Amino acid sequence: MTNGGPIIRVQALRKVFRVGDVDVEALRGVDLSVNKGDFVAIVGPSGSGKSTLFHILGGLTAPTSGSVSIDGTDLATLSENGRTRVRGSKVGFVFQKYNLLPTLSARDNIAIALDIAGKATEPDASFQDVLRFLGIEHRLDHKPRAMSGGEQQRVAIARAIVNQPAILLADEPTGNLDTASSDAVLALLRDLNQRMGQTILMITHNPEAAAYANRTVKMRDGRIVS
Amino acid sequence: MVNQLVAENLKHRPVRTLLSIVAIGIEVVLILTLVGLSRGMIDEAQRRARGVGADIWVRPPGTSVLSLSGASMPEKMIAYFASQPHVVVATGSIVQSAGTGLDNVQGIQIEHFEKMSGGFRYLEGGPFAGSEDLIVDERYASQNKLKVGSRWKVINREWRVGGIVEPGKLTRLFLPMNLVQDLTGNTGKISQIFIKLDDSKNTAEVVAAFKANPQLAGYGIFSIDEYTSLWSIDNLPAIKPFIFIVIFIAVTVGFIVVFLSMYTAVLERTREIGVLKSLGAQPGYILGILLREAGVLGLLGAVLGVIFSFGTRMLVARFAGAMLVQHIVPDWWPYTTALAVGGAMLGTLYPAWKAVRQDTLEALSYD
Ligand SMILES: Nc1ncnc2c1ncn2[C@@H]1O[C@H](COP(=O)(O)OP(=O)(O)OP(=O)(O)O)[C@@H](O)[C@H]1O
Ligand SMILES: [Mg+2]
Repeated sequence: MTNGGPIIRVQALRKVFRVGDVDVEALRGVDLSVNKGDFVAIVGPSGSGKSTLFHILGGLTAPTSGSVSIDGTDLATLSENGRTRVRGSKVGFVFQKYNLLPTLSARDNIAIALDIAGKATEPDASFQDVLRFLGIEHRLDHKPRAMSGGEQQRVAIARAIVNQPAILLADEPTGNLDTASSDAVLALLRDLNQRMGQTILMITHNPEAAAYANRTVKMRDGRIVS
Repeated sequence: MVNQLVAENLKHRPVRTLLSIVAIGIEVVLILTLVGLSRGMIDEAQRRARGVGADIWVRPPGTSVLSLSGASMPEKMIAYFASQPHVVVATGSIVQSAGTGLDNVQGIQIEHFEKMSGGFRYLEGGPFAGSEDLIVDERYASQNKLKVGSRWKVINREWRVGGIVEPGKLTRLFLPMNLVQDLTGNTGKISQIFIKLDDSKNTAEVVAAFKANPQLAGYGIFSIDEYTSLWSIDNLPAIKPFIFIVIFIAVTVGFIVVFLSMYTAVLERTREIGVLKSLGAQPGYILGILLREAGVLGLLGAVLGVIFSFGTRMLVARFAGAMLVQHIVPDWWPYTTALAVGGAMLGTLYPAWKAVRQDTLEALSYD
């Protein structure tokens, strides 16, 4: 684990997409430190590079230049398979579209994350507490299509934290939810952060959602502006 | 856990899964039927050869054991063999194509033949009664709907069915030897000689004596064991290459079906594969899921193919029982299973490679 230093350390991070003959600069030199136990809201206009930053933090894509270290591991030097390994053990993703596997029950959607990490697929007692805490205990045998958006997103959160990742990255987790479900999911993330010390980064367009976090980072044109 | 996913994936597209399994089943049954047929035919030929009851078979020089037609031995040789030590009965037959399919008709000396073989068991009718009588075995009769008294054309002439006998002796169609000889312009000539000894234990000694006789040089002189062992797949020209070609075609078809099936499966699951990767799944994990799926298809297809082979055996017995005999060949089940599973996995490699190679982010935004 960390030795008191930041759990995420990003320096001079640049990401350029080549689209045909045109270079699109999605990130133009991002510096960011996040400490263990932080709950950071990332806000900014569409196209400002928020998702791109998350994808690099989660090792889904490689930076063009700069350095990224997660929980002491430098991602920039890793191969794709290496980044995949780091993602499996240190990063949990929550997407706007839930991204549950449609053919598996909620329970199996969570268990498969354990299986991928090479762990026994029977969640332990402390995890049962988390399920109770997420309020999805009674829905575990349902397939995603039989669940509401809010329930699906809670299963997605359970799946993201089942391997006790160093960081939880949530990209507009309430973007598809009505206000009530949205509030429930946000309250849940806050509780995860406050009660379990889970480090969370959350992208949102909604200032009310950002208010759940204890720190807000603003992005614009591929840079952090405050 | 992966097994769960594999099972759900297969259940998710039941028609596609079923069709893939059926296609592999057809691949397998093709092979099992062909192997079963060649083995059944060989066994049947051996059984009928043993049914003659001879200890020694003599074939004229320059003929292959398996191409029976033609008559190039003088009939007088029967008497020569009959006079040799240890010989109890010697008789012969003239083999003639019956004019249709694989059947052949054999002209026999019925008293000698019955003495040697222990006698026909007549299910209907009896031995040749007139100069136009034909004896057929029960399979041939039922296949061609013949009864005693039916008219039936063989060697360009119409005969009367005089007797219907239990199968298992030499062939399925019998006529008196002299009639076949005269009708085919082979008067005084025969195709083969059967010899029965006082005691089968003397076979080796007698065969050795015949072989030592310079006047019999070039004749094929076989103990019944030698003779039947010549009926093997290695001696049937073109059967082996034919089997290999069919196996190749069958495996290719299975491969293509699984390839297409898994290819569409991977395409429609692009996003799910992206999700697995976002959860940290390595290429090996995804490959494992897809290969297991293919393995299940192959395995179920192999089982279905075995079940189908009982069906083809039934059809063969029902519609071609006189001509063809198909055996069930359990010793081939492991091979066909290996071919089915191996072919299915091979067909999955390229789709799986595509799945593993696709960009995770693109996959996640795929609808
Ligand atoms: N795969 C890609 N290929 C080309 N350009 C891309 C790609 N992904 C992102 N971009 C570009 O990079 C820039 C940043 O995109 P990004 O998705 O990070 O923005 P965002 O802040 O998440 O926006 P939103 O709030 O709409 O989700 C945009 O101009 C986008 O068009
Ligand atoms: Mg975005």
